[in-house]
Amino acid sequence: MRIGDFRASYAHDEALWPTSAQRRWILVLALLLLLFPLGVNAYIVSLACILGINVIAAAGLNIMTGYTGLISLGHAAFMGVGCYCTAWLAQRGVPFFVALPAAGVLAALIGIVIGIPSLRIKGLYLAVATLAAQFLLVYVFKEWESVTGGVSGIDVPFASLAGFEFSSDQRLYFLIIPTAALLLVAARNLFRTRVGRAFIAIRDKDISAEVLGINLLHYKLAAFAVGSFYAGIAGGLLGYFYRVITPEFFTLQLSIFFLAAIIVGGMGSILGTILGAVFMTLVPELLRHGVTLAALWSPRATEVLSPLKEVVFGVLIIGFLVFEPHGLIEVWRRVRRTFHLWPFRS
Amino acid sequence: MTAVSFDWTALVEYTITGFLAGGLLSLIALGFVLIYKGTGVINFAMGEFMMLGAYSFYTANKVWGLAMLPAMVVTIAAIGLFAAIVERGILRPLSGQPVISVLMATIGLASVIHGAVDMVWGGINLEMPELLPRTPLRFGEIFIPGKTLWSFVLASAVITAFSIYFRYSRTGVSMRAAASDPITASALGIDVRRTQVLTWIFAGIVGAIAGVIAASMTTLSPALSHIALGVFAVIILGGLDSIVGAIVAGLAIGVIESLTSAYLGGKVRDIVPYLIVLLILLIRPYGLFGTRQVERL
Repeated sequence: MRIGDFRASYAHDEALWPTSAQRRWILVLALLLLLFPLGVNAYIVSLACILGINVIAAAGLNIMTGYTGLISLGHAAFMGVGCYCTAWLAQRGVPFFVALPAAGVLAALIGIVIGIPSLRIKGLYLAVATLAAQFLLVYVFKEWESVTGGVSGIDVPFASLAGFEFSSDQRLYFLIIPTAALLLVAARNLFRTRVGRAFIAIRDKDISAEVLGINLLHYKLAAFAVGSFYAGIAGGLLGYFYRVITPEFFTLQLSIFFLAAIIVGGMGSILGTILGAVFMTLVPELLRHGVTLAALWSPRATEVLSPLKEVVFGVLIIGFLVFEPHGLIEVWRRVRRTFHLWPFRS
Repeated sequence: MTAVSFDWTALVEYTITGFLAGGLLSLIALGFVLIYKGTGVINFAMGEFMMLGAYSFYTANKVWGLAMLPAMVVTIAAIGLFAAIVERGILRPLSGQPVISVLMATIGLASVIHGAVDMVWGGINLEMPELLPRTPLRFGEIFIPGKTLWSFVLASAVITAFSIYFRYSRTGVSMRAAASDPITASALGIDVRRTQVLTWIFAGIVGAIAGVIAASMTTLSPALSHIALGVFAVIILGGLDSIVGAIVAGLAIGVIESLTSAYLGGKVRDIVPYLIVLLILLIRPYGLFGTRQVERL
């Protein structure tokens, strides 16, 4: 049983990870993430890359929806903006460390434009507005052929740094995972600042927040900007990862996937974002393997894979909403509490 | 110089066809508005209710060999029951939860229905029974496709029937009372929970009928559910909680869609509803006939 968590100095109180046990675990995690691609096969590494990208995008959505309460059904389209921006810049020889932030900034600008209606509307109305934005942006991706390559898509060159090309998934892993780590720590820090606290106040009751002196105009748009910035970076990494990008990637289904990820993981929690994004990405993969196994006995099994994914996806959303509304993070907290209080019952 | 004469006949024809096609949009919008008025939820699974209705009708008519009318009765009963189960099993446990939870629950439901239908009936196009007569109507040079005309007639009949029911029947009055003020209604002895189940049942039935009509106009496939996404323009234009708004806006959007697809092409037509949504939300978020919400602390 852990006894006491006494904060004796300001430095200790402000620490991102206050206990030494937490710091040690973070170090172990970082080492594991660093060494892990050396020990496993290419499939697992590419899966880890996708996980990293999804975690970044989901973190952006969680900042917008989970922390600020602005429902967005257009997150995939913001990713698309970042992705096409990266592709366009990379084709013109701009290095990734410029192209990726630029993608984030462009997505943030578009996010601000889309966010303008959020000043007058909220809740379901905002959901419908972002849904409309999703379709409009995908229309632009399809029709603006000189920039996006239309439905046939666009190639993205390798990211490279001083002659080192991120040409394989294994190399790209070392671009994606550090970026994800950086952005997640940034997000965790954000909610210890005035801006982050303002976001949470807006979520809890926007009118009260305004009465308390929070400028709704600035902070709602800021939430859209930050969330879309994350989506833009994730989109840029997605471009480097898949190398060929078509508008088919950025569907409404993908937007819904990220919403599902933060609901399953836990809204308003960075750790929850990670858990949710990883869980929701791995479940369809596991289903695919399950179906491949089942196909040994009945060859028709592969036909039901994609509808089966849809059913499982929906059941997971509904199941978590009804039975575990705070998401996986709550399960995690319960487990942790049990161990903290052990051998006593929590 | 010969002036290029504008083809007025074509314009009239497009307008009338669009107006008639708007009847179906109004019917679908009625399904959305019923649920929003009654329970404060936008049902993102509306398209899937339509799809399920159309597939039930197909199965009852073509597989079990029932005649049109009994098949329709079976469909209505099946979807009504399903909607009641959905309300009791998913929406009621979530009442009082934040908007996003309820929204995501209906999206999850949509995903489940979509996948299940795909598993049971397959993703292929099925040929619906001949519900609507094909015979076109001609007024001189103006040519109106029979299916569009009859879809309008059917849709308006259903909308009228529901309107009369809500206006005059005891259940209808209690449903309207519960929708406008649940606390007062329940103090006056109205079973608000029962009216909420009824709301879902009625909206499910409306959706099922709309689905049967929509599938009869084209073919039956899981893609049918996408029609409902375009109807957001209708409910936002009309106001989320106004039945009159749903009807008027349905017809208006029908005309707009028909004209844009005729003069600007099909690709533009696909995004016009969403442009309208964004415009209305910027200018008049509560729509033409919706209630303007006043928020207090």
